[in-house]
Amino acid sequence: MKFSITLAAAAVMGLALAGSAQAESHEGPVKVGFIYVGTVGDNGWTYQHDQARLEVEAEFGDRVETSYVEAVPEGADAERVMSQMARSGVDIIFTTSFGYMDPTLNVAAEFPDVVFEHATGYKRADNVTTYSARFYEGRYVIGEIAGAMTESNKIGYIASFPIPEVVRGINAAYLGAKSINPDVEFKVVWVYTWLDPGKEADAANALIEQGVDVIMQHTDTPSAMTIAEDKGIFAFGQASDMAAFGPNAQLTSILDDWGPYYIERVQAVMDGTWESVDTWDGIAEGMVAFAPLSDKLPADVAARAEATIAAIAAGEVFPFTGPINKQDGSVWLADGEVADDGTLAGMNFYVEGLDGSLPN
Amino acid sequence: MLRLEQRQQSSKTMLYLTPVLAVVSTMVVGGALFLAMGINPFDAIYLLFIDPFIDSYNLSQLFVKASPLILIAMGLSIGFKAGVWNIGAEGQFVIGALSGGAVGLALWGSTGWWILPLMAVAAAIGGALWALIPAVLKIRFNANEILVSLMLVYVAENLLAQMVQGVLRNPEGMGFPESRNLARNDPTSLPDFFDPLGIDAGGVVMLLLLAGAFFLLQKHALGFQIKLTGESPRAARFAGVKPGIIIAVTLGISGAAAGLAGLFELTGAAGKLTIDFPVGYGFTAIIVAFLGRLNPIGILLAGVVLAGTYIGGENAQFLLKLPAAAVTVFQGMMLFFLLGFEILINYRVIRVRRAA
Repeated sequence: MKFSITLAAAAVMGLALAGSAQAESHEGPVKVGFIYVGTVGDNGWTYQHDQARLEVEAEFGDRVETSYVEAVPEGADAERVMSQMARSGVDIIFTTSFGYMDPTLNVAAEFPDVVFEHATGYKRADNVTTYSARFYEGRYVIGEIAGAMTESNKIGYIASFPIPEVVRGINAAYLGAKSINPDVEFKVVWVYTWLDPGKEADAANALIEQGVDVIMQHTDTPSAMTIAEDKGIFAFGQASDMAAFGPNAQLTSILDDWGPYYIERVQAVMDGTWESVDTWDGIAEGMVAFAPLSDKLPADVAARAEATIAAIAAGEVFPFTGPINKQDGSVWLADGEVADDGTLAGMNFYVEGLDGSLPN
Repeated sequence: MLRLEQRQQSSKTMLYLTPVLAVVSTMVVGGALFLAMGINPFDAIYLLFIDPFIDSYNLSQLFVKASPLILIAMGLSIGFKAGVWNIGAEGQFVIGALSGGAVGLALWGSTGWWILPLMAVAAAIGGALWALIPAVLKIRFNANEILVSLMLVYVAENLLAQMVQGVLRNPEGMGFPESRNLARNDPTSLPDFFDPLGIDAGGVVMLLLLAGAFFLLQKHALGFQIKLTGESPRAARFAGVKPGIIIAVTLGISGAAAGLAGLFELTGAAGKLTIDFPVGYGFTAIIVAFLGRLNPIGILLAGVVLAGTYIGGENAQFLLKLPAAAVTVFQGMMLFFLLGFEILINYRVIRVRRAA
């Protein structure tokens, strides 16, 4: 009798030990969920996140199970979808749009055992990490290329919302362009949407009518690229390689490469080492990359672009390095001064030389 | 060659059965579609039609999604009965949320039980006035209300974009284009009523108005005039019904209902005005109104079924890897079958042999 009690106690202890071991490193496949704002076929922002999801699958094979919900509106619906995913036993959820910020934090508070990764937001919690890419580094590079390639000295910019992320991109591209071509002028059109092929095409046409011969965009679909191809001007792709939509028009694309980051974070969940962090990676870490440079670029322009990319990656060039004045002429950065991340994160002003005013 | 011939008498029983037949046919054809996509059709149909109504979490979300659909569809059905086709409920929904939201934001910092009712009144008036634009244009110039109300949706959406960029923007929001969160502020937050089904104060108002619509259509003289106008405009004219009044009243009611739905969405589920605030309730409600046979009780059921397919559709996406578009196809199929069966009940298909 005594023997069997001891045995039972040992069994219970064994179970308890097994239980605690499970809490530390993950057993069975790690379940990874993704919430997308667009459809996986948008050929832009959401497409790139889904490519990264596939990279996670390729990396871990049977050790992960991934799932996603696409075209989730950024409000009450997002909160419900996240809750349902968390309830279904998902271990880590990537919420891949700025507008998912509050829903992510609300749901994360309800499910402390699930970890969340929110793209491009600024609110964190013990189980909510934020991550984004320094797209402005890429925009500085395409600014340089645009400055060299424009003949009318007018560059068009299709902007989504006047939020710091977008304003920072316009400023970086302008500084890049101006460093090559002091006469360059930027025409900015605000479309107030991340993805709407019709509006993006309208904006592209409006810019072309104003004499623009190079177009950049901060929206998600390749529709401006197709217009540029039709009209025989140049453009830059956004988020993914859009060369298929503008084989002659595309000079390069800024690529969002989320794959390595997603693999690293899923690995951390497997190892039980996940913790809440704030990641803002750029060209150096590979989160911002480029589609192959077009053969339409003269050799010196291509060489200059390659050199700038290498210098940014090496930490030798920072796009926001003084002297830079704000649009109103006041000093923002003194000679040699480099902007700090806090200022960049909240950037709500144009730099000197840009026309027009920020909508407010 | 086939031809449709109107039946002398269409079966009443069949008429009431059409929604059921439509749902069953959707399950069968939709199931075949899922099978072709390599997805287990039984799992998919379970998730779309059964799970939303038995799982406690899903149930708690049911009326969050169904209430706005039912409220808007209720308003639309009154107009549809009179042959007044308001397709722009989405715009009235937005204007309602904007007007009510503006009142709430203007009173930011004040407290009192009267704030939320005042916002609701503003929303109803805002929605009604927006819907009266097509009414006036129709009465005065005989402009097609379908086109005018639809076009005004885009005007409303751009107005919303302008407002959240400008005067209604959250001064503490780091420049992001969105308003303050009205659901996180006691005086402007919609109280919950019955959580297990997700019925909030807006849901209660919706149910009361639904009862009101039932009374209006069944018992009230105005309801009779509305129905008469829809069924036989000439007879209505002889009976002394003024078509202009019917147009104005029905569009006004549907606009007010959509406006209220917008406010409830704003102060409940959504919380803040953003550019992406409208997610299509105003358009989906048209399906709900027809699926519910323009009858208040039918609309209640139809709203619940459609809300269920939305919630189930989200689950099916990540549990079965069903694409979002497949769910939309599924919902569209339901309306297609409903309208198709309706034709077959009212008309007979006959074979016409062409003389050589």
